[in-house]
Parts: sequence; structure tokens; C-alpha cells
Amino acid sequence: MKIVATDRKGATREVEGRDGWSVMEILRDAGFDIAAECGGACACATCHVYVTEGWYEKLTPPSDAEIDMLDMALAVEPTSRLSCQITCGPDLDGIAVTVAPE
Amino acid sequence: MSSPIETDVAIIGAGPIGLFAVFELGLLDLKCHLIDILDRPGGQCTELYPEKPIYDIPGLPIVTGQELTDRLLEQAKPFNPTFHLSQMASALTKLDDGRWKLTTDMGTEIIAPVVVIAAGGGSFVPKRPPIAGIEAYEGKSVHYAVRKMEQFRGKNILIAGGGDSALDWTINLAPIAAKLTLVHHRDGFRAAQHSVNQMRELAAHGKVNFEVASVKALHGSDGQLSAVTLANPEKKEWEHACDTFIQFFGLTIKLGPIADFGLNLTENLVAVDTAKFESTTPGIFAIGDINTYAGKLKLILSGFHEAALMAQAAFHIVKPNEKLRFQYTTSSSSLQKKLGVA
Repeated sequence: MKIVATDRKGATREVEGRDGWSVMEILRDAGFDIAAECGGACACATCHVYVTEGWYEKLTPPSDAEIDMLDMALAVEPTSRLSCQITCGPDLDGIAVTVAPE
Repeated sequence: MSSPIETDVAIIGAGPIGLFAVFELGLLDLKCHLIDILDRPGGQCTELYPEKPIYDIPGLPIVTGQELTDRLLEQAKPFNPTFHLSQMASALTKLDDGRWKLTTDMGTEIIAPVVVIAAGGGSFVPKRPPIAGIEAYEGKSVHYAVRKMEQFRGKNILIAGGGDSALDWTINLAPIAAKLTLVHHRDGFRAAQHSVNQMRELAAHGKVNFEVASVKALHGSDGQLSAVTLANPEKKEWEHACDTFIQFFGLTIKLGPIADFGLNLTENLVAVDTAKFESTTPGIFAIGDINTYAGKLKLILSGFHEAALMAQAAFHIVKPNEKLRFQYTTSSSSLQKKLGVA
């Protein structure tokens, strides 16, 4: 599966996702500037991304823990998600996300 | 300012690795002072995930960040470490006698032959929203904490955030503010229910205005705010007059002044050798998440190992004329005496 990711400077590139990995892990390993301070525990909100409309609706809705944690994210928008809580899989092939500002 | 503290080892960071370093150094009779920017020990464990279980600590099949911290504090207790909390290590200078002087932003000075950097990812600092030009207002009319409530008496305050800090300060500042508005991106909060109820009660009585919105822009001059632009999908954008903006989005980690200590850094990490975990600057060690070497894994258990080897090397710097006697806590009565169990 592919992830179409846009960094904070607006540059977009396609990265190869791995089924079962979180989008945060894929983006971090691909060199995107994602702090992911808590390492994917839904405990810090530093892997905040905007999911492109159309894709946002396809995701498993955020858990209460993620909704709570998004309160600690900056510049939250209606399509905000924590990328550590999005799991790669064939259903998300082509998902487009933008790394949120720090 | 009081006179400098002299000790054997100054440790930057009171997270799990800094705490375990106290234990390992203590077994070798080395005294420690720790500095941490947070107001309590534990670092990321207590700040980010106090209630989350950790499963990969040897011998502890499941332990939360808070429990691990409590146990490490208990383990280090016989060695009476001194904590300098809510302070940031801000400068490191070499003295003529070969020792190091570590200074904090509160003016604390610690002189020691060995400095151990166990700072994890760096310092926890407030998250700063990506609003253009916000720097110009910081400290004057834009704040990230409330130190003195009186400073806000009679102000037209805007508070942003949806956690306990945002709600607590909304409730506490409402009586002394001329006007107080709370903005949050949703009509829901990550906070104690009684605080949420209290805020809604204040809002119902017109003592607090609550807006579901985000702050998009700041307006004012010379650091003095006069209004902000708020936005939400229903009302789009509108101007909101206020002279004070306080925001609570929690903390994030920045390397901070360590970057200016003159150390050999690789992508914000301190390069160390794997025999002593010493930086390329003699006497300055780095252990835990802050260091880098071939094969480095950012695991708490790796930091424990690094602390043990660091302590052996630190001993030779602090006590150059003494022979290090390697002993086991199971069999050494002198170690057991230090631990208060013999």
C-alpha cells in the first residue's frame, strides 16, 4: 500500500506503507519530521496529521483516548488524527495525509 | 545567589535513567545532584505516560511509568540524591581545576568533576501554537503558564486548551478577570468532570464565555495584544477583542541549551563511546535516549546498562587515586551497609 504524505513545507511524496504498521512509523522512518515523543502510545500528540477528506471518513473512528489526546495537539482541524493510531492496510492504499504544524 | 554546590556528579535529567545512575554511582560512594525542568522526578515516564503499562523492563512483567519511577526513587533513596526541580540546565563551563560548573536558569550552580547528561529528548517546554508572529507577544500578553494570578487581574483574558490546566485556570481566573473567554476546538474536554461542570456553570451565568473555535491570528502592537481572529466551520472567522492570551496545550520536548554545551552532537544526540558512555568531551557522559552510538536502541533497559558502565568510569575521574572494588549487592556487606539492609 502507498501513503501520499505532505511535509510541513508542502512537499508531497509517496511512501510505501507496511500492513499492520502505524502511519506514524512509516512516516517517521521515511524521514518525515514527526517527533512521536511517546513512541506510539497515544500519549503525546506529536504525530498529528491532517487526513485528506475522503480518506478521513474511511478510517476507524478515533478512540476516546485519541480524541482526548488531540486536545493537546496544536492547530486541530476537523480531519485531524494522530498518525500512531492509523494502521496501514490494503483498505487505506493511497491514503493522503499532511503533517500538522509543530 | 547562594554559593555553588560542590558534589561528585551532576546529573541533568531525573527520568528513569538519571535515577538509576544515582543508584549505580551511589554503590561506588559517589554523591549526586540532579537537575530537571519538570516539577517532579520521572521524566517522560511520569509526564507522558504515568498510567500506561510498560512491559519490557527486565524482571517487571508489567509496570506503569509512575510505578517504575516510584521504584527507582526507592532504590536510589539510600544515597540521598538532591533534586533541583523546575529548573533547566542552561550552561556548562570548565573550571581551571578541571571540574565542571553547571548552571541552571534559576541560578543554581553545581560544581562537579563529572557531569552526566540523562536528558532523554531534552527539556519539556510548553507547546507553542503555529500562529504567525506569536513570538513578539510572548511574555508580555501571550503566556503558557500562570505564575502570579494577580498579573491577570482586570484583564480581558482568552484561554485556549481543553485539558485540566485550561479549565482550572479558567475557573480560577474568572473571578479576577474583567472578562474571560475559553476557546477549544471541540465541545468536550480532557479534564476532570467536576472542572468541566464548574466551567459550564460559570458559562451559564455569563461569568465565562466558551467558544468552540481555534485561534487563527493575533492582532496588536509592540507585544500588546488587542484582538485575535477566531474561526470555526459554522461562523467562519471573526475578531475577538482581548488583551491577554494564555494557552495550555501541554508540553513538548526540545533539546534546549544542551545544544550549546559545545558537545559533539549527531542529529541532536550526544555521541558516546560504548565502554564508558562518555562524550568526546572528557568528564561529560551521556546515557539514555539522549546518546547515540552504533547499535543504539532507545529502551529504558539500555539506559540502565549505560548507567552502570558510566558509573565505573566516573569513579576513576572523581577518585583518581582509589582502586575500584567491583562487588555484588548479593554478597558484599559493605554494599549492603550503604543500602541500609545490613
